[in-house]
Amino acid sequence: MSADAATININGHEPSYLEYKGMHSGILGWILSTDHKRIGILYLISLSIFFMVGVTFGFLMRLELIAPGRTIMDAQTYNSLFTLHGVIMIFLFVVPGIPAVFGNFFLPILIGAKDVAFPRINLLSWYLYVTGGLLAVIAILLPGGPADTGWTFYIPYSVRTGTNVTFALFAAFVLGFSSILTGLNFITTVHRLRASGMSWFKMPLSVWSFYATAWVQVLATPIIGITLLLVAIERWLGVGIFDPALGGDPVLYQHLFWIYSHPAVYIMILPAMGIVSEIIPVFAHRTIFGYKFIAFSSIAIALFGSLVWAHHMFTVGMSDTGQFIFSLLTMVVAIPSAIKVFNWVATLYKGSIDLTTPLLFVLAFIFLFTIGGLTGVMQGILSIDIQVHDTSFIVAHFHYVMFGGTGFGFFAALHYWFPKMFGRMYNVKLSKIYFWLLFIGFNFLYFPMFIMGWLGMPRRYYDYLPQFQPYHLTSTIGSWILVSGVLLMVYNMYRSVKKGKVVTEKNVWGGETLEWQIDTPPIHENFKEIPVIKTDPYQYKMNEEELEKEEVS
Amino acid sequence: MNSTEHTAEAHVHRDDVGSRMGMWLFLFTELILFGGMFLLYSVYRFQYADAFHLAAKELNTIMGAFNTAVLLTSSMTMALAIVAIQRDQKVLSLFLQMVTIFLALFFLVNKYFEWTAKFHHGIYPGSEELLSKSSGEILFFGLYFVMTGLHGVHVIVGMFLIAIMARMTRRGIITHNNYVRLENIGLYWHLVDIIWIFLFPLFYLIT
Repeated sequence: MSADAATININGHEPSYLEYKGMHSGILGWILSTDHKRIGILYLISLSIFFMVGVTFGFLMRLELIAPGRTIMDAQTYNSLFTLHGVIMIFLFVVPGIPAVFGNFFLPILIGAKDVAFPRINLLSWYLYVTGGLLAVIAILLPGGPADTGWTFYIPYSVRTGTNVTFALFAAFVLGFSSILTGLNFITTVHRLRASGMSWFKMPLSVWSFYATAWVQVLATPIIGITLLLVAIERWLGVGIFDPALGGDPVLYQHLFWIYSHPAVYIMILPAMGIVSEIIPVFAHRTIFGYKFIAFSSIAIALFGSLVWAHHMFTVGMSDTGQFIFSLLTMVVAIPSAIKVFNWVATLYKGSIDLTTPLLFVLAFIFLFTIGGLTGVMQGILSIDIQVHDTSFIVAHFHYVMFGGTGFGFFAALHYWFPKMFGRMYNVKLSKIYFWLLFIGFNFLYFPMFIMGWLGMPRRYYDYLPQFQPYHLTSTIGSWILVSGVLLMVYNMYRSVKKGKVVTEKNVWGGETLEWQIDTPPIHENFKEIPVIKTDPYQYKMNEEELEKEEVS
Repeated sequence: MNSTEHTAEAHVHRDDVGSRMGMWLFLFTELILFGGMFLLYSVYRFQYADAFHLAAKELNTIMGAFNTAVLLTSSMTMALAIVAIQRDQKVLSLFLQMVTIFLALFFLVNKYFEWTAKFHHGIYPGSEELLSKSSGEILFFGLYFVMTGLHGVHVIVGMFLIAIMARMTRRGIITHNNYVRLENIGLYWHLVDIIWIFLFPLFYLIT
């Protein structure tokens, strides 16, 4: 990457990162590029592919459950499908999701940097991501069949089953490594590469949440890495570690698993919260309400979220003191989340609201996340947890948080930043149609699970009692609506990248953060001159003043 | 140590403080990785204190102590190699790096003899001899092989990394005013050392 190449002008403009000619051209110019924007796009493409695979598996599971008994597949296939759906959606879509795509693309821009701190490590983490993804997919095709343990790989079944669990474990291990590298890259970037004048409290709120997420990634992921590696070693060599037949303790495995996997929930949701805080002020045309509270609540969530893991294990045997402490902390962690929700709503209040597609997704996020979050607090209550543990109530809860929260946050970010990323606009009318399909389909799909879970429908079951059929039927019909929405969205995005209306305007939405002050699409190193930051983000002074005048008169 | 100093030919972005910060973060993750296993160790030792005590008698304390000395010395030579390059003594630094690699190799050879001795006594994962022992002893040896094994993998990785550093030193990429790479690999090497310092008493000295 010589400095000369960047200064060659095309029609008097510096070439955008999409046109930029580096050392390599064609596909190599992408898969060997260390440009954070190109890596973000690479992640977007690979993530979308795995997302569609995960959606397909989920869709097939729902189809199987439309009626009791065998419908389209046998029980073993069903077990593999829910395992693969979980592994792919969690490790390949929701966990890397927003940080890998939008964090990579926009974090350096938002703090006024040319790239992340370690561009080559950034590219390496994409390669690790792809390797992990391929390992997970290869395991499906090899003899022995795909893993059937559920994404939690609980001992002792994961040591005993003859399926390709080792591959899935190894895939998760490699993906964890990728996640760690992204995390340490972001932490260092935020510490070292902020433009002059960009003090901590002038950072956009999404940067705060990426930063908090990065710490959780760095501090929690190694635990799952070693735990899954130990299970793999136990399978390979018969070393006694967790297997009760060799004196091991399966509950200890569960502790180690959730010590990562609960904080991972916050790796998933925190970036989405950042996106919401970013989008609301733009379309409400108001300064964000309670900037510092939102910023610190991200840190508080990261902190408390790391101390609540055993609430996944209330039924496996734990001292009363332990149960009490974990139950209490679980409810404490709801406070910073609630602070965020109140601040978002307060920002919207009396705003001049522009109901664009990104804002629609954000409003859906708030609605769905609130349902998901509050049912989460319910499960933190010991007596209720005993009732709903391992039922489809849990399945509904975490889909409201992960899909309704992170998934919709991801879609919001995609529709918000799409014109900046590609220099083209998507079909807005179509986007509003599939927004409603997604929103309605989502609620039809997951809300019945709350009810039947409460009535006693266990999760991960292939067959069920006839009285649950109406709920399952509604849920499956919901999955059809949801999937049609997803397909329309993929079509719209794919088509718009190629044929969408060209956008050259710097600031399509009227945002006030740095990405809206640079070219569309951004040039190779983002800024012609690194800006000096003097004001807080989200000023919107004009609107505020007008509002005050109206109130006075 | 002037970390923000930029040389004239450095057209690529260089940030030594940032590099070091990245390395420290990586070391955190390594500590937590091993932390998970130390946690397992403490739980099982608490559960099967007597069996652990019994099983530890099988280990050769003298060989372990000797290996500890070897690894500590290698940590010293690594630190000296960094000081040498800071003082622009390239040849000395290169020599010290080679000594570090040699000591690491020496450590691994010792480890190899230790492990094979266990194998000759019929103690290896899944062996009949081991499975006839009590649960606590099975777990002790399970943890012993996994933890020293994973530590061994880190030693091997460290050797390769130091070899790359030596090559870079020889070719003049690592110099007295650009040695952050060597410093970072040094940090990694000290981590490998520190983990061993905990492994040694936990496995060898609890008889």
